[in-house]
Amino acid sequence: MKKKYTGYLFVLPHFSGVCLFLLLPFLDVVRRAFVRTAGGFCGFENFKLVLTNEAFRLAAGNTVKFTLVCLPLLLLLSLLLAVLVYSTGKAAGILKNCYLVPMAVPAACVALLWKLLFDSHGLVNGVAASLGGTPVDWMNTGSAFGVLVGSYLWKNTGYVMVLWIAALDGIPQTVYEAAEIDGAGRAAAFFYITLPCIRPAAFTIAVFSFLNSFKVFREAYLVAGNYPQESIYLLQHVFNNWFLSLSVDKMVAGAVLLALVAGAAVWALQRTLERQ
Amino acid sequence: MTEKMKRKRTAERKTAAAGRICRRAIWICLKAIQIFFAVFMVSPLFFLVTGSIMGEAELSEYLSPVFTGQEGYACWRLIPLYPTLKNVVEVLFDSPEFFHMFWNTMKLTAGIILGQTFLAVPAAWGLARYSFFGKKAIYQMYLLLMMMPFQVMMLSEYLVLEGMGLNNTLWAVILPGVFSTFSVFLMYRFFLEVPEEILEAARVDGAGEMRMFLLVGLPLGRTGIVSALLLQFLECFSMIEQPIAFLKDKTLYPLSLYLPEIAMGQTGFAFCASLIALLPPLFLFLAGSDNLARGIAAGAVKL
Repeated sequence: MKKKYTGYLFVLPHFSGVCLFLLLPFLDVVRRAFVRTAGGFCGFENFKLVLTNEAFRLAAGNTVKFTLVCLPLLLLLSLLLAVLVYSTGKAAGILKNCYLVPMAVPAACVALLWKLLFDSHGLVNGVAASLGGTPVDWMNTGSAFGVLVGSYLWKNTGYVMVLWIAALDGIPQTVYEAAEIDGAGRAAAFFYITLPCIRPAAFTIAVFSFLNSFKVFREAYLVAGNYPQESIYLLQHVFNNWFLSLSVDKMVAGAVLLALVAGAAVWALQRTLERQ
Repeated sequence: MTEKMKRKRTAERKTAAAGRICRRAIWICLKAIQIFFAVFMVSPLFFLVTGSIMGEAELSEYLSPVFTGQEGYACWRLIPLYPTLKNVVEVLFDSPEFFHMFWNTMKLTAGIILGQTFLAVPAAWGLARYSFFGKKAIYQMYLLLMMMPFQVMMLSEYLVLEGMGLNNTLWAVILPGVFSTFSVFLMYRFFLEVPEEILEAARVDGAGEMRMFLLVGLPLGRTGIVSALLLQFLECFSMIEQPIAFLKDKTLYPLSLYLPEIAMGQTGFAFCASLIALLPPLFLFLAGSDNLARGIAAGAVKL
C-alpha cells in the first residue's frame, strides 16, 4: 500500500461531508446529553431520567426482545434455505431471485398489505375462520409482535441467504471430496465441515441483520402510527415521539446509550475479525 | 446358497429400498420447503397485481369488513371477476399528485446516487488503497456512524440543517443521504480485493493516481459499486423517517409517504399506485441482482 497524501484527496471530500452532516450532529448529541435543556452542565441527570422513564424501558425491552427473537430465527431460516438453494442445480437462480424480491418492495406497499391481511376483519382471519380457527385481533394484541417478526423475516431472509451462499461458496470442494472418500455422510459433512467453515462469516452476517432490524420500524410506523400496540413499541417510536414533543434531554441521553451499545457491537465485531 | 443367506440378502435389499424411499421423501420435503418459501416471498406481488386490475366495486365488496368494520371477513379472488384497467389509467393519467411525488422521489434518488458516485466511491478507494495518518480513526468512525439508527441523530441533524437553512427543501434529505457511510463501507471491501501488483504495474507504466482510480479501480470494483448504489436506490424508494422529519411542505413529499395517505375507498387506486411505485426498484433490482448478490456477499463475508 502506498504512503502518499493522495489518499487524503480521495477521502477528504466525503469525509468533510460526513463531519458536517453526521459527526457534528453526533457530537452535538453527546454534548447535549450532559446539559439541561435550559442550559448548564448536569452530569448524569439526563441518563437517570431516561433509565427511569417507563416508555424508554418498555421500548428498550421490546427492541432487545425483538432482536433476540429475530436474529436467531433469521440466521437459521436463511442458512437452511441457503444450503438447500446451494445444492439445487438449474432452478437456483430463479429461487434466489424469488427470495430477494421482498427487498425491493417499498415499506409503503408492505404497510398497505399489512392492513388488509392483519386487520381483525382481514384476510388472514378470514382464512383462519374458514379453516375453523379462532380469529385474532393481530394489530391490537400481543400478536402484533409476531406480525412484526414475520415481516422482518419476510423482508430479510433472501438477503441473508445470499450472504450465506457466498460463505458456502468459499469452502473448497476438495474438502468435501476428501470427507466423502473417508466415508462421511452428508449430515456429518454439514456438521463437521460446513458449519465450522462458515462460522467466521456468521458474526458479520449477524451484524448486517442487526443493522437491518432497525428498518422494521417503518412498516410498524406506517401501519400503526406513533403509538402502536404495546408489544411493538420500539426504541425508534420513543425517539420519534420525543422528537415531536421536543424532549431533548431524554432523547439525547437515550441516543448516547444506544450509541454505546452500538459501539460495543462494533468493538466486538472487530475483536472477532482480528482473531481470524 | 443356504436359505439363511438368501433371507439375509432380501432383508438387506429391503432396508436399502426403505433407505431410498426415505431419502426420496426427505428430498421432496426439502423441495417443498424451498418452493413454499419462494411462493410466500413473492405472494405480496400477486396481491398488488390482482388488486390493481380489480374494479372499485369488486374490491369494496371483498374488503368492506376491513374498512367499515362490519361483520364477516375480507376475502380475495385469484383472478378478478371483472378485470379493469381503470385504476392504471387513473394513476397514470388522472392523478397529478402521484406524478409530482414520483418526481420528488426521482429527484431525491438522483441527488443521492450522483452524490455517492462522486464522493463515496473515491472515499472508499482512498480508504482501501492508501495509508495515511488518521485512516484507522476515520474507518472506525464510519463504522460507528453506520450502526446508528436515524432516530439517534434526528434532532441534532435537524438543528444542523436548520442552521444551514436547508430544512424543508429536498436538500435536507439528499445531503445526509449522500454521506451515508454504509455505501463507503461496502465499496471499501471491494477495493481491498484489488491486487496491489496491478497498481504497482500501472505505476511503473507511469499512470497517475487519478488515472489508476479511474482505469483500474473503477472497473475492478464494479460489482461493489453497483451493489452499494443499488442498495441505496432501494433505500431511497422506502425512505420514511428522513422526509417526515425534515420536510414540512407536503408538496415535497416523496412517493413513499404518498401511498400511506391514499384514503379509504380508493383501495384499487392504492394497489395500483403501490404496484407502479414498486416497478422501478424491482426492475433495477432484477437487472442488478447478480451484482447485488455478489456485492453484498463479498462486502459482508470477506471482512
